[in-house]
Parts: sequence; C-alpha cells; structure tokens
Amino acid sequence: MTETLLSVRNLRVVYPGDDGDFRAVRNVSFKLGRERLGIVGESGSGKSTTGRAIMGLIAKPGRVEADELRLGDSDLTALDEAGFRRLRGKRIAMVLQDPKFSLDPVMSVGKQIAETHRHHFRSSKAEARKAALEMLEAVHIRDPERVYHQYPHQLSGGMGQRVMIAMMLIAGPDILIADEPTSALDVSVQQQVLAIMDEMVKSRGMGLILISHNLHLVSSFCDRVLVMYAGQIVEVCDAGKLHEAQHPYTRGLLAALPELGRRRDELPQLQRDPAWLADLPAALGAAT
Amino acid sequence: MSNSPLRTGAPTGWRGWLLEPAPLSRGQARLGRWYRGWLGFRRNGPAMTGLIIVSALVLVAICAPLFANHDLAFTQVLEDRLQDMSWAHPFGTDELGRDIYARVVFGSRVTLTIVGLVSIIVLPVGLCIGLPAGYFGGWIDSVLMRITDIFLAFPRLVLALAFAAALGPGIENAVIAISLTAWPPYARLARAETMTRRHAEFIEAAQLQGASSFRILLTQIMPLCLPSVIIRLTLDMAGIILTAAGLGFLGLGAQPPLPEWGAMVSTGRAVLLDQWWVATIPGMAIFLVSLGFNLLGDGLRDISEARSG
Amino acid sequence: MSAVTAETPIAAPNGWVRRFAGLVRQVAGLLGSVSLTFLGLTCVTFVIGRVIPIDPVLAVVGDKATRSTYERVFKEMNLDRPIYEQYFIYLKKILHGEFGTSLMTAHPVLSDLLRVFPATLELSVSALIVGVCLGIPLGVVAATHNGRWPDQVVRYGSLLGYSMPVFWLGLVGLLIFYAKLGWVEGPGRIDISFDDLVPTVTGMITIDSLIAGEYETFWNAISHLILPGSILGYLSLAYVARMTRSFMLTQLRQEYVLATLAKGLSPFRVVWVHALGNVWVQLITVIALTFGSLLEGAVLTETVFAWPGLGLYMKNSLFAADLNAVVGGTVLIGVIYIILNMVSDVIYTLVDPRARARK
Repeated sequence: MTETLLSVRNLRVVYPGDDGDFRAVRNVSFKLGRERLGIVGESGSGKSTTGRAIMGLIAKPGRVEADELRLGDSDLTALDEAGFRRLRGKRIAMVLQDPKFSLDPVMSVGKQIAETHRHHFRSSKAEARKAALEMLEAVHIRDPERVYHQYPHQLSGGMGQRVMIAMMLIAGPDILIADEPTSALDVSVQQQVLAIMDEMVKSRGMGLILISHNLHLVSSFCDRVLVMYAGQIVEVCDAGKLHEAQHPYTRGLLAALPELGRRRDELPQLQRDPAWLADLPAALGAAT
Repeated sequence: MSNSPLRTGAPTGWRGWLLEPAPLSRGQARLGRWYRGWLGFRRNGPAMTGLIIVSALVLVAICAPLFANHDLAFTQVLEDRLQDMSWAHPFGTDELGRDIYARVVFGSRVTLTIVGLVSIIVLPVGLCIGLPAGYFGGWIDSVLMRITDIFLAFPRLVLALAFAAALGPGIENAVIAISLTAWPPYARLARAETMTRRHAEFIEAAQLQGASSFRILLTQIMPLCLPSVIIRLTLDMAGIILTAAGLGFLGLGAQPPLPEWGAMVSTGRAVLLDQWWVATIPGMAIFLVSLGFNLLGDGLRDISEARSG
Repeated sequence: MSAVTAETPIAAPNGWVRRFAGLVRQVAGLLGSVSLTFLGLTCVTFVIGRVIPIDPVLAVVGDKATRSTYERVFKEMNLDRPIYEQYFIYLKKILHGEFGTSLMTAHPVLSDLLRVFPATLELSVSALIVGVCLGIPLGVVAATHNGRWPDQVVRYGSLLGYSMPVFWLGLVGLLIFYAKLGWVEGPGRIDISFDDLVPTVTGMITIDSLIAGEYETFWNAISHLILPGSILGYLSLAYVARMTRSFMLTQLRQEYVLATLAKGLSPFRVVWVHALGNVWVQLITVIALTFGSLLEGAVLTETVFAWPGLGLYMKNSLFAADLNAVVGGTVLIGVIYIILNMVSDVIYTLVDPRARARK
C-alpha cells in the first residue's frame, strides 16, 4: 500500500439517550492510502456516522472517541472545532447523497463553489470566480458560465452532484468521503458521476472513501471494501476477492444479490444472527 | 432487546417494559408511547409549570366559593373604597369597596367560560369546513378554502371589535365575535391532516366496504385529526384569553357587575397612580393564566413534534 | 435555424425578460385573490354596519330624531332597496372612499381616518423596527444555542412577551417609568406646549419636527414615543424571535448546512449567511403579520397611552355609537392587511429563486 493518508484506530461514536447510551460506531479501525476504499452496510450500520466522525461533524450530544485518528501529520483527536475547520474542505472533503438538499437553495451554485475557494485561499472575488469556472469545466460541465449563475433547483441530479464535487474539490483536499453519492440519482447518470469522481481522485492522487449500501457498486468501483454491521467492521477484504468473504453477514449479502444467468425461484432472505451484535475483538482492520 | 449490546444502562422492571423498543402488544406500545411523552413532559419544567397553572385555574373556577367569599366580590361597601392591601383584603379593594382578591377568584369563572365557549364553537366549525375540503378536494376544496383564506386575511381584534360593537357589548357577543375570527386556522389544519390520510389504505378499505363519506369522515378521519387540532387549540387559548380581556378592557366584553379581569383593569386605570393595585392585580391574573396556557401548549407541541419527527 | 436566431435575443439578457413576464403573471393572479378578499371584507363590514343593527337608521340619527328626519335618512341609506342592491351601493361608495359622515366629529370618515392614521403609523413603525432589529438576531442566537441558556432566555423571554395583555403592560410601564421614575413623558404624542408648533407634512411628529428643524419638539415627541414604542416593540420582538428561531431550527437540520460545514466554512457564516439566507423568505411574511397585528393592537395601546391615532379614534367612535367610523376604520385596517399580504407575496417571489421559477 502507498503512504497512509488517514489512520483510524478504535473509533467510537456514542449518543447518550433516555434508555441508555447508543453506540453508533464501535471500535472501527482502518487505514487509507491513495486508494479507493469502500464501506458497505445497511442503513443504521454506522457507515455514515464513521465518515462524519472523521470530519468532526458529529453534532452534540454525540461523542467521538478514538485511540488514534490521524490525518497525515495532524492528530484529529487533539483538534478543537477551529482546528477541524481548517482541515475541512482543504484536506478532507465530503460529497453527500442528494444535491437537491445538500446545496444551498437560495445561492447560485457558482457562488457556492467560489465560496470554498475564497474561504481557504483568502482569494479575491475574481480569482475565486475563475477557479470555480475552471472547476466546473473539470467536472465536465459544458457551459460553466451559464451554470455558474444557476440555482440548485434548476440543475438535474447528475449536474447537481457534479457541482457538489466541484465545490468540495476546489480547495484540493487529500481525501474525499463520498456518502452514498449516487443513490439519489437516475441509474443512467450514476456511472457518469462515479467516473468523474474516479477521474478527479486519480488525477489528484487523492484517497477516496465511498460509503454505500450497494455491494455491487462498491465492489466494482473500489480497491478494498469494509463491511459494517451494527456499528462494527465485520469484514475487510479486497474488492476482487469478495467471494472469499468469511463473515456470514457478508456471505448473506452476496448470496442475496441477483446473478445474471441464474434463475432463482426465491430470493434468499438474510438471516441475522444475534451473535453478530456482540463486541468483536478490537482493531480488526488495524493491521491492513 | 433491552439487553442489546448496542445499548448500555437500559432501564429494567416496569419502566423497562414501558420503554421497550420492541413492544409485544399494541397495548404495551400505546402505553409506552404515552409514558415516553410523559417523561419528556415531566422533564420539561416550564411545561409542568403551565400544567399546574392551568389546573389551578380550573380548580379555582370550579370551587370559587371555597377560595373566596362570594359577597365580598359582589357587594358594594362604599366606606371600604380603595383600601390598600391588608389581611382582610389581600389585594385591597376597588372603587366600589369590593374585595379584589375575591373578584379575581370569581373572575376565573368568566375567563374559563369564554375560553370554553369559544372552543366549543371553533372546533366543530373548523372541522366541518376543513374535513370535507381535504377529503373531497376539487371545487369543494377550492370554495371552502377561499372562504377560509378570506377570513384568515382579516384583522382579528378589529373585526371582533366591530362585531361586538354591532351586536352590543356582552359576554355572549364577545364569544361570538372571537369565534367568528378564530376558526380559520383550524379549518386549514383539519384540511391538511385529512389530505395526508385521504388515500391511506384503511380509508380505501372503508370505502370498499361501502361506508358513506360522512361516516368515513366522522369515524375514521376525525379521530386522527383531533390531537393536532387540540394542541393547536391549547396554543391558541392564550390568544383567546388576551383577546377576550382586550374586549373587556374596551368595555365590550362581560358587563358589570360581572368580575371580568380585563374590565377590572379598565376601571382601575382611573386610580392607577394612587391605588396601583386596582388595575395591576387583575392584569397579573390575565398574564398568569395566558402564560400557563402558553407554557402548556409549548410543552404539548414539543412532545407531538418529538413523536412525529 | 430561424427559430434559434429569433429566440436567442429574448432569452439572452440573463432571462430577466422572462422573469419579468413571470412576475407580471404572478401579480395578476395575486390581484385576483386580493379583490376576492376585498369583496369578502366589504361583505362582512356590510353585515356589521347594515344588517346586524336592528335599526341602522336609529344608529345614524339617534333616538331623538323627528319622524321626517328618520324617513329622509331611511331613503338616503337606500334601506327601501333589496339587500343585494344595498350591498352594491355600499361597495361603490367604499371604492370611492365614501364611508359616510362621522357622528362624533361631523367630518367625513375618510378625512378623519387620514388625519389620525399617521400617528398610528409612527408608533407601529417604531415598534416594528425594534421588533425586527432585535427579534431576528435573538431568534438566530436561540436556534444556534438550541436547548442551552441563550435559547432558554430568548424562548421564555418571548413567551412572557406574548402572554402579557398589552394594555396591562402599558399601564404598568406608565406607572413605573413615567409616574415613579419619571424617565419618560406620559400619555399623548407630545406636550401641550409643543402642540401645533410644526407644520404637518407627513403627520408623523418626529419626522415633521426634523423637517422643520424643531429639535426640542423632536426630543419631546421621542420621549413620548419611547415607552409605547418599546412596549409594542417587545411584543413584536417576542413573535419575530420565536418564528425566527423555529425557522432557523428547520434550516439548521438541512443537509446543505452539513455540506457547507464540510466545505470548511465557519459556523458563523453557515448560520448568518446560508441558513438565515433561506429564512428571510419566510420572515417577510412574519414581518408583514407583525405589522398587521401592531395596527390592530393599536386599539388597545392607543387607549392606554391616549395616543391620538386610528385605534383611539375607533375606540371613541365605538362608545359614541358611531358605526360609520367604526366600520370605516375596520375597512381601512382590513385593506392594509390585504395590501401587506400582497406585498409580502410579491417580495417573496423576488427573494426566493425557487418561487421565481414556479410561476
């Protein structure tokens, strides 16, 4: 593996509540290089929470704890809010699910992209505008000048997600966390958006964390896959060797996928074993 | 699930049963929901204060003779005019020598009557307009909602004032005037609630069974709309009390010798600088009661929002 | 080919032609609903003025009138015509600004209304300025500190505000700040000694005295204005802050807030530029409503502060059984309400890019 951009050891996220503390993420450990890492799991498995915890975006009263949380040479566990603010957008960025909701509806998209640039480089209006237009071009938007002045509701889903990628990458982060970046899009544009993201990540030598519930997508797009269940990583494997997966949950997920050329009268249902909920020995993914 | 490894420190015993995330019966689920609501409510100190104030108002209104002497409130004792606060008259006396404390106590009956009557008028009117509008849609909806919008766009207090002026002063006319201007929000709310349920499967099932629209509205939809309408009513209660007191203050509400709080403030104005308590104390009562309803309504809304969100 | 060349020049200038056309269409639709509301309003006031009173003539001439006067007025009021005809006559008169003659002042009601209205406007606008300038920031701060002490202070501070009967608060204010402490001037708009010193231009004494350069009059007027202005301002603040808080809470839960934070922006910018930017649209309606409730609340406040505006005029007419004046005042306030609704709708479309597109 290439140099480590991000290393996470025993990450825990806890939400205190009426009926006891809820442990949304339990002892998650992994390392990320200049690669594409996938995190799969069903909704509520803690995959999105993991992404947000790394960016310091867990809202109170949630708590984030970790034995190690290191981004390049900075120790994230020691960081205060202001410290995180300097990292966000500049060194680590995030693409969210639905551009319809994740772009400010009353600001033109060009302004929103330029805003990131102005914030991180203290650039002038004209410089930021120029950079934003270049960025729009880089994500293959044909008429950047026109799109610059448009509002989010005027964009299609695919365009919106490209704008979102432009907005997040304009300050040149090392790591991009993409949280279900294509789930809200039409199937026809999903591949386009993924391709653009792949191109950007490769040409800039970034690390990518792709969070998704879609096992197919993750295994075809990523180099490595983490499988999460109930807040823990239950399995780590190379994308190509997914069929060798050991954990019954992963195997169940695989078995449930429809396969070309094989008819099944009944789709197998995933049987959940309460034993999977038990705490696993810490630092499963730490070695890799 | 209470021993799920995802949770630590979960309660046990009957509280655990009530707070069970995966209830075994419908009864348990319902009780659990009420209990959760109550837990939220109980922790909400201000909302509890509101509940206490409103309960106290109801209690005082029902048992007024236990709290104060009826004669003191109504009999004029001219030699005792405008007495300062004392043991005999805790809040002093007014310009006709009546005990202000007793009048405030008996005044709670007037306030509660107005509030009660307005609710009795406004709820059915709002439902009668809102339910069919939401259920049938189309031109019925358009016509009914146009009418509602027209009433909604009116200045409430001024219109109530004009009505009261035309009908003549008095408690009944004040109630009518307030109700006439207070119903539109309920019609809107009932319509919105109905529209979200119009195409629910249990409604379609009832339609297939041949139930009449009237029956469906009455037995299926109305009970589901009631909670939010009632919460809204609690929130509006304070506004109704203030409007009623305002009409009373202007001399258009309850007429003397009825001890209406707003009217009492008005009579106290003349002696405000020398006998401040005559105007101030009844106003304090209005303030306290409307504060109580506001706090209570706020708490109820918090719970209902927590439940739906 | 020809279609393209024909269309390009129109669509080119940033689409503002199209935007303007959309706006015109919207205003037309709005005017439709406005006239409908206006018809409803006149209907109701017609019922109040002509139908409910058992004998509308008696309400006009008083019970000491002679038989012949009675009959003349009966004819004049067109009471011999069918009711719908009476309504149309009434509507026509209102559209011409004829509200009849006031019994109390013997002037046409319209000229009375125009004379007293500036005083009400002066008071309401000062209160609105206080309410908006303090209420919005307080509401934002409360939302960003959701559940913590600044939130509690704003929340319960505003809850106290709109639990208070305004007439009582006014009396208590007068008692403390005027009678006991002597910090402000008492009831009325201005001391008698300053009466009629400045020529009437706008009818608002503070502005007129500034125009005339009469600073002493100005300060006296301010000293009279400050107590009712801040009391009403507090009540509007309560409403504005509460609504701002609840709108902001909704916005702060939106995905775009998370996204803007993920870009690295400071929470300050996220809150005051992005979230508040989305809230403005809704706040316009709230501000219009606040202004409306200030106008109708004038009936109470002006009674307490002896403020010679529309509210006091209506209240006095009420007790003089001067139904023409009461109905006239009701129509005036109702029309202002309708205009406020219309203006806030128009501004709404101007501010919100989504509403512009919706047509």
